[in-house]
Formats: sequence, C-alpha cells, structure tokens
Amino acid sequence: MNAATLTIAPAGTWSLDSVHSSVDFEVSYLAGQFKGGFDEIGADLTVDADRARLEGNAKVASVDVKDENLTAHLQAPDFFDAEQYPELRFTAEDIRLDGDGQVSVAGELTIKGVTKPVTVTGTVTAPMVDPYGTERIGLNLTTKIDRTDFGVNWNNPLPNGDPSLANDVTILAELQFVKPGGETN
Amino acid sequence: MTQILGISGSLRRDSHNTNLLRAAAEAAGPDVELEIYDGLKEIPPYDEDDDLHPRPASVARLVDAIADADAVLFATPEYNSSIPGQLKNAIDWVSRPVATNVLRNKPVAVVGASTGAFGAVWAQAELRKVLAAVGARVLDLELPVPHAHTRFEDGALTDDEIRARLDDAIQALAGEIRARQDIHSVA
Repeated sequence: MNAATLTIAPAGTWSLDSVHSSVDFEVSYLAGQFKGGFDEIGADLTVDADRARLEGNAKVASVDVKDENLTAHLQAPDFFDAEQYPELRFTAEDIRLDGDGQVSVAGELTIKGVTKPVTVTGTVTAPMVDPYGTERIGLNLTTKIDRTDFGVNWNNPLPNGDPSLANDVTILAELQFVKPGGETN
Repeated sequence: MTQILGISGSLRRDSHNTNLLRAAAEAAGPDVELEIYDGLKEIPPYDEDDDLHPRPASVARLVDAIADADAVLFATPEYNSSIPGQLKNAIDWVSRPVATNVLRNKPVAVVGASTGAFGAVWAQAELRKVLAAVGARVLDLELPVPHAHTRFEDGALTDDEIRARLDDAIQALAGEIRARQDIHSVA
C-alpha cells in the first residue's frame, strides 16, 4: 500500500460511541494536576479515500469536576461562560496516519467563541469487530493549549505572587467510533 | 423597559456612592429604570446556621430585587483597600448556593467613589473579583471617582465627564442585557 493513501480507518462515516469515550482536561493547579472532563460529547469521523475529517463538540454545561461549586464556577463567565458559549468545538479537515498507529492532526479548536489552530497528536487502533458485530476503532488525541489564548484567564495569586493555575492545559480525547447501525453500548 | 438595580456599598445617608447611583439613574435614558436598593443595612451577618428556608426577610428581599433586575450596578467606597464588610456580607448571602444563585450570569458593573485620590480603584477590582467568583457576568469597566466630596453639590453630581462615563456604563449594561436576551430568544 502506498503511504500517501494510508487512512486512519476504513472509508465511511463513523459515529461516536459516547458511552465509551471521554474528553478530559488536565491543568497544573497548586501542588498538582487538576483533572476534569465533559459528560456530553459528540463527534463524527468521516473517512474517504485519502483523508479523514473529524468534527467534535463538548457541552460546557456538562463539565464534570468533583465539587458542585467548582462546576458552577467553571460554567460562569470567569471560565467557559456556558450561557454565552455553550459548546467547545474541534474540527480537523485532514487527519493523517504517520505509521505505527500514530496520527497527526491539524485542527481548529473553539473555546469561549475563540477559534485557534491547534496541533494534535495521538494514536488510532486497528479496526476491530466488537462482540455485537459492530466495526469499531479507537482514536486517542492529545493537545496542549494556552487557555489565555481563548480568553479563559481566571487566576488567583499564591502568597508568593505566582499564579495558582497554570495557563497550559492538556486536553485528552479518548474516542471510540463505530459504523452506524451497530450497538453502541 | 430595562430594569437595573443600583446597590451602594456605603450605608450613610449622604453617601457619595449612593449619590453616584442617583446620578446614574438620571443619566440613564428613558428606556432604563435604575432603582436604588435601600435595604443593605438590614442584612444580618452571614451564618450558615441561619441560612434556612425561609431565609431572613431582608435577605429574601435583596435576592428578589436582584432576580427581578436585568442587571446590577454596584457603587462601592473603599475601606482599608477593599470593599465594605456589609457589601461583602450581602453578596455572601446572595451567592448561596453558588450553582443557582441569582447573580449567576447576571450582567453587573462596578463604579466607585472615594474622597481620596484614587477613586476606590482597589475596591472596584476586589468587587469585580468577588462578583466573578459567584458567577456574575462582570463588565470589564472601571469608573473611579476620586475626590468625591468635590464632585457633588447637595447630593447632585456636578462633573459632566463622570456623568458621561456613568451613561457609558449604563449603556454597556444595557448592551449586555440585550446580548443575553438574544441568546435566550435563539435558544
């Protein structure tokens, strides 16, 4: 097979199995890594002869952390502003297989109404058939962004004057896609 | 008619900050009604043991007034580099529970007057921080009124530049209110 025509999955439209997928974030806060995620996510993966396209979204109102007051703060204008910007979006017009299951993705991320190009790395699994006869792949993507590029600027200074919350945020999407018509749960 | 609630952080009768809100009410156009809240002094100290249903009447009245308003304009003096305790105490009451409090997503703006040279800029910054923390839609504006005792005569604002900036603040709040209405009418 010619490397130029390698695609990440068999051609077709793939739907997200949202139950077995997650979109999470990690950011350095105080003395460690703070982690959270989004419960309501959606994505479509379209694979044609020479490229794959991904469109995904996460509902800000579904942000999930361990404290309801913090959840409320993350939805507030101080952070994601769920009322005005209810969705985070990611689109990639060209997802390439670099070999050995590694993928590189040039895409655009939209947070709080600001759209910026981001570079995403990740892996894709070989297609498999699950116990219900549905064809399925796993796509794991990671990017690191500066949240202040997207207007998410909240901080609180430490006693020494340093910020308590880092600007760099890692976003991890662990996605399973199925061919429509199959069982998804 | 756009309804804006004015809350002064200063309790005294001849407060420059309350006068500033009166001037804002006059500067507001015919489409905006700015009502000045007069019950801040009655709010008891926040105590979770007292935060029961029904809540103290003075607290319920403030919560209702904020809920009924499209936006809130705060005018704060500066006490020891920060906001007055009673104003913070009132916001602490209103902020509970955080996830559903009436200031959440409410457009708010902060102005401030002081008799000193800086016009309560630290207090305004502190108040914006507190309001953002409780989930309000805090406008990115500052209106310091320094040497406040020289800018009012018999309670009436005599400074046209301040009056114009008050009008700008009201217009900014009105714009934010319209933006919210657009979101909700689409949704």
